[in-house]
Amino acid sequence: MTSRVSIQTEDFDVSTELARLRAGDKRVGAVCSFVGTVRDLNEGDAVSELELEHYEGMTEKSLEAMIDVAFKRFDIYAARIIHRVGKLKPLDQIVFVAVTSAHRHESFQACEFLMDYLKTEAPFWKKEQTPHANQPSRWVDARSSDDAAMLRWSI
Amino acid sequence: MSTAIHITVKYFASIREAIGVSSESISVTGSQASSVGALRDMLIAKGVPYAEVLARGRSVRTALNQAMCEESANLVDGSEVAFFPPVTGG
Repeated sequence: MTSRVSIQTEDFDVSTELARLRAGDKRVGAVCSFVGTVRDLNEGDAVSELELEHYEGMTEKSLEAMIDVAFKRFDIYAARIIHRVGKLKPLDQIVFVAVTSAHRHESFQACEFLMDYLKTEAPFWKKEQTPHANQPSRWVDARSSDDAAMLRWSI
Repeated sequence: MSTAIHITVKYFASIREAIGVSSESISVTGSQASSVGALRDMLIAKGVPYAEVLARGRSVRTALNQAMCEESANLVDGSEVAFFPPVTGG
């Protein structure tokens, strides 16, 4: 069995990850996944590079804990989260969340739940650089819409 | 008379940059800092840059032993406390 959580600088291959997640499990009738990617625009400003920092140790623990909650709350068979850290550029993949279940509803729900959790509770921080070399890079502000999304799950 | 306890304090993102270190060891007595909130007050009392980035009213999240915590969480010898801004991953 592969690990449920990976924090890495390297890119990931979605097809490989999905195949691995449901490998040999004939109960699975639904595989739902989400991929987050780097945009070239934030808050109206162009972005040329993102740098992701995280709290090593806590990141892994918090994501493992939330997968445990997802297993209790939804009827799912497997879950996997990959999050990249370090320097990333527009078009790069940042985050991957995937879930398997017998029917689509549970995996759709669990996937969204894990992503909402990750956005508000997992200790990652983004710093962005604009294409203008003389402008200092800036830390990305948290969004209240992400908090609102998390509250729907009433944890 | 309370004995000193040793705490590891970690800082992340904008708070780490402002303070200039990612981690430091701090010894406190129970009466000085018995909780995460009291530790924050103690650091604020050290003046700038702590007083600025950890100021009351600023959005600062806290973790104790690598789990999100309230400021009422109790400190013991060997505790790992972290201060950081709201998270922005994903």
